[in-house]
Amino acid sequence: MSELETRHSPVPALTEWDYAPAPEAREIVQLEKRYGLFIGGKFLKPRSGEWFASVSPSSEETLAEVAQANEKDVDVAVKAARAAFDDGWSKLAASERAKYLFRIARLLQERSRELAVLESLDGGKPIRESRDVDLPLAAAHFFYYAGWADKLEYAFPARKPKPVGVAGQIIPWNFPLLMLAWKIAPALACGNTVVLKPAETTPLTALFFADICRQAELPPGVVNIVTGDGSAGAALVKHAGVDKIAFTGSTEVGKAIQRELAGTGKKLTLELGGKAANIIFDDAALDQAVEGIVNGIYFNQGHVCCAGSRLLVQESIYEATVAKLKRRLETLRLGDPLDKNTDIGAINSKMQLDKITELVESGKQEGAEIYQPPCRLPEKGYWFAPTVFTNVAQSYRIAQEEIFGPVLSVLTFRTPEEAVEKANNTPYGLSAGVWTEKGSRILWMADKLRAGVVWANTFNRFDPASPFGGYRESGFGREGGRHGLEPYLTFEDAA
Amino acid sequence: MAQTPVLPRGFELPLEPRLPRIGSVDAVALEERAATLAKRSIKKDSKLKAYDLAVRMMDLTTLEGADTPGKVAALCSKAMRPDPVDRSIPPVAAVCVYPNLVPTAKLRLEGSDVKVASVATYFPSGQAPLDVKVTEVREVVAAGADEVDMVIDRGAFLSGRYAKVYDEIVKVKEACGAAHLKVILETGELGTYDNVRRASLLAMAAGADFIKTSTGKVNPAATLPVTLCMLEAIRDVYDETGRIVGMKPAGGIRTAKQAIQYLVVLHETLGLRWLTPDLFRFGASSLLNDVLMQIRKQKTGRYQSPDYFTID
Repeated sequence: MSELETRHSPVPALTEWDYAPAPEAREIVQLEKRYGLFIGGKFLKPRSGEWFASVSPSSEETLAEVAQANEKDVDVAVKAARAAFDDGWSKLAASERAKYLFRIARLLQERSRELAVLESLDGGKPIRESRDVDLPLAAAHFFYYAGWADKLEYAFPARKPKPVGVAGQIIPWNFPLLMLAWKIAPALACGNTVVLKPAETTPLTALFFADICRQAELPPGVVNIVTGDGSAGAALVKHAGVDKIAFTGSTEVGKAIQRELAGTGKKLTLELGGKAANIIFDDAALDQAVEGIVNGIYFNQGHVCCAGSRLLVQESIYEATVAKLKRRLETLRLGDPLDKNTDIGAINSKMQLDKITELVESGKQEGAEIYQPPCRLPEKGYWFAPTVFTNVAQSYRIAQEEIFGPVLSVLTFRTPEEAVEKANNTPYGLSAGVWTEKGSRILWMADKLRAGVVWANTFNRFDPASPFGGYRESGFGREGGRHGLEPYLTFEDAA
Repeated sequence: MAQTPVLPRGFELPLEPRLPRIGSVDAVALEERAATLAKRSIKKDSKLKAYDLAVRMMDLTTLEGADTPGKVAALCSKAMRPDPVDRSIPPVAAVCVYPNLVPTAKLRLEGSDVKVASVATYFPSGQAPLDVKVTEVREVVAAGADEVDMVIDRGAFLSGRYAKVYDEIVKVKEACGAAHLKVILETGELGTYDNVRRASLLAMAAGADFIKTSTGKVNPAATLPVTLCMLEAIRDVYDETGRIVGMKPAGGIRTAKQAIQYLVVLHETLGLRWLTPDLFRFGASSLLNDVLMQIRKQKTGRYQSPDYFTID
């Protein structure tokens, strides 16, 4: 007992202070029973005649039925996009194109609460994140690229930029609306039309976006949305009428797409997996670094391609860091994604939950030490407690393979050289984090790390003006910034 | 051969060897974390619980040149029974006054659990000789102050004379005897979070029972990030030494909503153990009535006009 407590008669501290449930109103989202394919400005029944359910991963309830597109459906969509491209979109004055993009950006802001709730319902992510990250960033992307639309000549002087044509875009389930914005905004700004396929488990915000396109009076066929499983994506990749493919997703599928496109002359960008190192030096601001570790790997349940899934800590502060990290994990609130106080939501799908569970088992088998804070997992839905592995060797699967879940592997290093060596010792190269108070070391590390993005004293920070993309098995091509225009343009000097 | 110069008496040692690891603070990330915690949504029972705690943690303060025994007497009545209509409202933790008004406060609060806190050490500037400060502390303690709120010498701190700051706190702590010492860092004058952290560790190493943000005479006074920064320093001292130190944000906290944000930051940084008036206080003058108003709203479902709550 401290001096203080003995001197004064102690006033007992609270023994518990549970925050009462604070759910965001779900009623703001009005869902139809069924959604067709958005082609040529209309929702059409699928020629396949097939429908599938979009399930909420936090409750396992069916939210709506969605059309399964087959090859014929994709063909109709691509033709609609081609017609819209030829009939006017590509010839429209650039400043007019910009107006549509600005309009879409404003509509995203106006409907942000509704879309945030839907994103959390359909994907399982906490409302705090869809409200504060996904929606503002998605709108920001449209605003940003709207600004470029009539300045392409200045972005690429003397190169005579022209639109590519029809872009086929395939996006993942981790940031459904944000990835849609990353894909559609630059494509339209450059004068292309698009056929976008959202992920099978999270198609709903893309279908609401279709409605926003109608509200914005975007000419029919400029944006087409075809839903379905991987076969719909494959049909889009194979379609001869598509001039460019942009894909964000797993490395395995990315490789298959690249093989498929070899020799076709179609342009391709791939944004694939990652196994990022978050590197903490002994002079770092430790409490803030711990926040960065948490944000790096538990943000969006770790369903982030650039997640800081490998923590590299300088050995002299290893114990202090791990102790602080474990204590911090105890304060993470896991549960209802619509509760405003939830930090960790649901795992996106049963399939993903099984994959995480399998990899975590392998970590235990291989001899790593597991820590999970005490937390109650809801009975319904797909959940995984935030997990930290210590005593991890570089050779373990959990240090090598992308888990795409709330699972962190902790390794140590002794010198900056060793940190670089270990960080680069992966087939991936998407992102990295460096935590130190020494500016010169940040620059030295950024120069040596083979990663598309290196964050200094922060992690998972995005801005539409900043290019994002990978090295090696993390893909190629950049999204965001001026760099993000290039994949959607052809240049006269290239011919 | 040149003679080694004799060191003058009272030279100042660098502080570093006295502390294991001062560390640093990243301002961007600190402010981001505080902003995230401020967005916690506290409702219903958890809200009422927080309000009740906020009242019990309040150091009801008047620090004006125009303070009189009459004003302080009124404040003391309010402290003991904040809401004459609602008997379930607990008394506040303490009444905080200037040294000359300690006897009045002591007399008025006799028999209650409300403590008398006095500012001292040439509040608010701290720019006076040490013996003047120590004498002042002895006098307020003799007059019955249970708690002493001292200010650090920011002039010494900002010119790098950390040992002077440290030694002064040690002397004041001695002069406090059994009284409970709160050390005001005046964070609004320290300029950086690194300085706030350094001053926090220094005060705790020198024996502070509480560390406190501000005098209320300088802008900015207490902010959420500065409080978080100090709570993290308290946590590090607890981790490394086992010593438990309290925290008092003061100045600028005027609404019940802000009070809840501070309690959330406290809860999620130091845990339940610190959720007691023994280890956390609000230094405030206008906060109490807003909390009372919100409590009544929470209980009755209706807002009442400020005229239904006594001024002091």
